[in-house]
Amino acid sequence: MPVTYLKETPSQTAGPYVHIGLLPAQAGLAMRHNEALNVIAAEGERIIIEGIVHDGIGTPVRDALLELWQPDARGELGTKGLWGRAGADPETGLYRFETIRPPALPWRNGQSQAPHCSLLIFARGINIHLHTRMYFPEDAALHATDPALQRVDSPARRSTLVATRQGPGHYRFDIRLQGENETVFFDM
Amino acid sequence: MTDYMRRDRSWHPPAYTPGYKTSVLRSPKCALLSLDQGPAEKSGPVFKADMLHELDNDLIRNYAAATGAEGEAIGERIIVHGRVMDETGRAVPRTLLEVWQANAGGRYRHRNDRYLAPLDPNFGGCGRCMSDDDGRYFFRTIKPGPYPWPNHGSDWRPAHIHVSVFGEAFAQRLITQLYFEGDPLIPLCPIVRTIRDDRAIEQLVAKLDMGEMRSFDCLVYRFDIVLRGRQQTFFENRPEGM
Repeated sequence: MPVTYLKETPSQTAGPYVHIGLLPAQAGLAMRHNEALNVIAAEGERIIIEGIVHDGIGTPVRDALLELWQPDARGELGTKGLWGRAGADPETGLYRFETIRPPALPWRNGQSQAPHCSLLIFARGINIHLHTRMYFPEDAALHATDPALQRVDSPARRSTLVATRQGPGHYRFDIRLQGENETVFFDM
Repeated sequence: MTDYMRRDRSWHPPAYTPGYKTSVLRSPKCALLSLDQGPAEKSGPVFKADMLHELDNDLIRNYAAATGAEGEAIGERIIVHGRVMDETGRAVPRTLLEVWQANAGGRYRHRNDRYLAPLDPNFGGCGRCMSDDDGRYFFRTIKPGPYPWPNHGSDWRPAHIHVSVFGEAFAQRLITQLYFEGDPLIPLCPIVRTIRDDRAIEQLVAKLDMGEMRSFDCLVYRFDIVLRGRQQTFFENRPEGM
């Protein structure tokens, strides 16, 4: 018999009422913690990330909730790391983060990773959260050596991890849960 | 910093579970891309206990109190407690838990919930707490009611509380649901049954804890939470291939 460990508690969907617990203001709840968690206050170059999560036939997932994690402008994580949470707009499905541009991160063997934000997606119908990354379109040279992007065989699929530039410091990052141009999701 | 053990995806529900219809169009078809963990996966947000308000872990009183009132929620008074640990049994200290639930009649205080059961003017259904140095946590609430939802006609959700846990790293992030021992709706629920292994379902069932029962006040349920474990350090300079 191999060594046994405790089993991780299994995931369940966050369901349609996730806002009550995680974004009470969006649920219309008068609670005492109604901070705008999608606006991350930190020093650095301010950027906006917006997009829509689409289902397998292109319908916006209007009850999606996203969490973002990235280093600060000096590349620090841990207690300095930047975390945010955004709910899709209940009418349009658009989510929005205001944050700062992250720097490159180290990887194993002295390699580095191109600048990116980590994103988790929770929603009704998603049994276990999905984990993806958003890279920046200006960093094409760094993408060629990024260990995650290099693991994606198809250039078309690789492009699902790169935002499009809408204007100075303004990025669009749509996420497709299924089907044509399905976003790459990680098991890390 | 060592890696987290791989997630056993056969223990979690798969993405595509046609018995739960909403998953059909929200499940990726491509395989997940397996990748080693880097610094952004082995770290996560650190929340400080001082961000919590005094009544955040008391769902019986916190909703009325947020508007300056003093009313209490109606329903079976319960305390839920347990320990957050990792797969190696190590405590996960000072981690944030967020919970949300329906009221005693099975109605959520949410604009999209149009179930005919009434709202409770003193119940919001939102709470937070933090595990202590030994990984222990608790919150007080009322037992939520079961409710119908459109899936195969009217399916019924067993009484449940949604639980969100951060752990110490993004790799440990977890959102799940807590069910109650003895609820006959558990095995009938299409969302519960997205999990294939009955032993994994059993892990989501909070147990009545009569040893901790508070006389003439409330019942107590125990719900332990296990997050991914971290590997040991064997060799500092081990070769690390991709």
